[in-house]
Amino acid sequence: MKKELFILSVVVAFSLLTYWLVEPFAHSVMHPHVETKGFQYNGSSDIAEVDNKISKIRKDIEIEKAKEKPEDKKLSMLEADMKVAEERRDAKKVFWADVERIAALKGDAAAGEESYVTACTGCHMQGAVSMGGVVPPDLKTAGALYERHYLIGLIKDPAMASNVDHKFSIVRSHQMDSVKYMITGDQDIVNIIAYLQEIAPKQDEITPEVAFEDACGRCHDVRYNNWTIIGTKPTFKDRRNEMAFDIKHLDAQEGITGYMGKLPPDLSMYIRSRGAHYIEAFVEDPQQLLLGTSMPRVGLNAESAEKVIAYLEEAGDPKAEERNRIGMYVMIYMIFFILAAFLWKKQIWKDLH
Amino acid sequence: MAHFEKATSIKDWLNQRLALDKVEKVMASEYWIPKNINFLWAMGMVLAITFTLLLVSGIFLLMYYQPNVDTAFDSVNYTIMQEVGFGWLWRHIHAVAASVVFLIIYIHMLTGIYYGSYKKGREMIWISGMLLFVTFSAEAFSGYMLPWGQMSYWAGMVITNLFSAGSLELNGVVEWIRGDYVPGQAFLNRFFMLHVLLLPLAIIALIGIHFAALRIPHVNNQDGEEIDFEVESKKYLEGDKAGSKVIRFANDFMSKDMFVVSVFLMFFFYLTFWNYGFAMDPVNFDPANGLVTPAHIYPEWYFLWSYEILRPFGKDVGLIAFAIAQVIFFALPFMDRSQNVAPANRRGLFGIWFWAMVVDLIVLTAMGKLPPEEPYSTIGKIAAYLFFVLWIALPFITKSEKKL
Repeated sequence: MKKELFILSVVVAFSLLTYWLVEPFAHSVMHPHVETKGFQYNGSSDIAEVDNKISKIRKDIEIEKAKEKPEDKKLSMLEADMKVAEERRDAKKVFWADVERIAALKGDAAAGEESYVTACTGCHMQGAVSMGGVVPPDLKTAGALYERHYLIGLIKDPAMASNVDHKFSIVRSHQMDSVKYMITGDQDIVNIIAYLQEIAPKQDEITPEVAFEDACGRCHDVRYNNWTIIGTKPTFKDRRNEMAFDIKHLDAQEGITGYMGKLPPDLSMYIRSRGAHYIEAFVEDPQQLLLGTSMPRVGLNAESAEKVIAYLEEAGDPKAEERNRIGMYVMIYMIFFILAAFLWKKQIWKDLH
Repeated sequence: MAHFEKATSIKDWLNQRLALDKVEKVMASEYWIPKNINFLWAMGMVLAITFTLLLVSGIFLLMYYQPNVDTAFDSVNYTIMQEVGFGWLWRHIHAVAASVVFLIIYIHMLTGIYYGSYKKGREMIWISGMLLFVTFSAEAFSGYMLPWGQMSYWAGMVITNLFSAGSLELNGVVEWIRGDYVPGQAFLNRFFMLHVLLLPLAIIALIGIHFAALRIPHVNNQDGEEIDFEVESKKYLEGDKAGSKVIRFANDFMSKDMFVVSVFLMFFFYLTFWNYGFAMDPVNFDPANGLVTPAHIYPEWYFLWSYEILRPFGKDVGLIAFAIAQVIFFALPFMDRSQNVAPANRRGLFGIWFWAMVVDLIVLTAMGKLPPEEPYSTIGKIAAYLFFVLWIALPFITKSEKKL
């Protein structure tokens, strides 16, 4: 008996070692853990990302200079890159400091409504039309879905707040760039946000479906929930109507592909392929996990992010609860099975020893 | 024609025609097993149970799975996992069992190596077992293609590419295997056929051969002692059960087997319900996409050690090393030149050889999963060299082994 337990412990030890090496350890090397910052937006990860880039360029310059015959052309290109990166970092620092300053102001919802009607409703309205691939969202839930600092940043400079400024230059600007010239006063910004927060439903009235559809569903299909970027796909009795819907869907996909450079993926199984933690960190700052991605930061607050995760769990892993429940039953059954098997063995072997 | 009498009971009626009593004796009550064994001798039964789990869960999955490149992914991840009642349970059982079966196979193999259960008449047990291992590997690989996720597609791409034989560039062979230039419908269909028909048939036949191979040499025991089964079984049948060195397969050995199986099943179901990630790679929950290569492509954990023998070398050397690694274990009974059948720790240098091989296989497994960066690639390369050094050393160290 003692010997058997010793052998068992050797087998278990080697198995666990192998498991630890190929699972937790290997995955920690392949996918370094990224901390979420609780869905607070202060630009620290945006600035850190550019800092990272700067130190990389600096290293490249040093390597080039250390060479016997440094190439002037390469050096000047690297130095130009450096200048651009440094400018970007400084601009980000100024931008997020501004956001912080504006956030201290108190908003007036009544004044905000006036600014909202003149500045925003031209594009943001029900049945809005596509602008270069994307349809401006209806903002009736925005005040509840998005974090205040992010909204301030978005009105001040959409590309910066979304951390996709690398995509835009003088020749190509963010679809919502005009807001920079329409809303110029700091007080105006917080007024509009106060108004958005006033018209938004309360947190507990926002379901996971609403959170997902408003925040993510304009770009991402979730076919396991029948969700398309043009809305929930109805059940059609007539094939002709269904095809008409599908064509509309394809057109919208084509538009979004043109805008993003790639069709945003269907998120049906993302809860199993990426996991909740990865999705949270990604939603908070996509650049942090996929540098250079065209996906903008969504700016969700913590409550809405939780709802988005809940929605994806429902889409990709709806049997989790059933799995836990049945699992417990099976475990209880197994305890009796082990006991019965043990007693049987004991009874048979009492004559054999 | 044989003489038949009027039967006295249904059992008697069947007995006259099928010799049930005799079959029962030959297969169970008078199939003699040594008493001096530990729980590692139950791994055969654990494997039989795990294979049954795979077969039964596979049958249920087969009722809803669609072998079509457009619908395969959703038929698994939506139809089976969400729409069909308890479909998720069958899939989790199937996926986890497919992975755990290799853990048990490796334990079973290493047990055989440790106790010297592959020689002095037991060569065919070892060889049929190795054939089972190879067939199970093909079964696992072909099954991995079926959900048609990113890992299915890219693993299929990488593994079929091996058949171009490196610098020989036999691209025609690769196309012939795939039925297309890249994995596609023809590819999915043929791997489906292999997975649900040809390979399971081969496995079932090989299990029969593996069991039959045990008959004459009998099961080994913890000390490698040569037992006179005639004498010992007579002792048992005369009532000296405690003094006899052998026990009945059923229910004596079976009762111990079932206890081990019950503990194993608890562990297995814990994995099925709560810790299945190791057997169901997250990357494979992305649908196959020939235009997007995953950041890291790696095989399932049980292929990692041989993958790591392929990876650190150049194209041709790597392929040759890989090919040798796949078949070298077949040669074990002939490369071990010692006459001793005993546990490795009593066999001097062979004991060191055994543990060095275990550690080397684990190191290879770990490095096979890690990205090919320093220091992992160097460690992997050293481990791959060590693998071959160990095999080359084996005949020499066993030849000089003292007779026990």
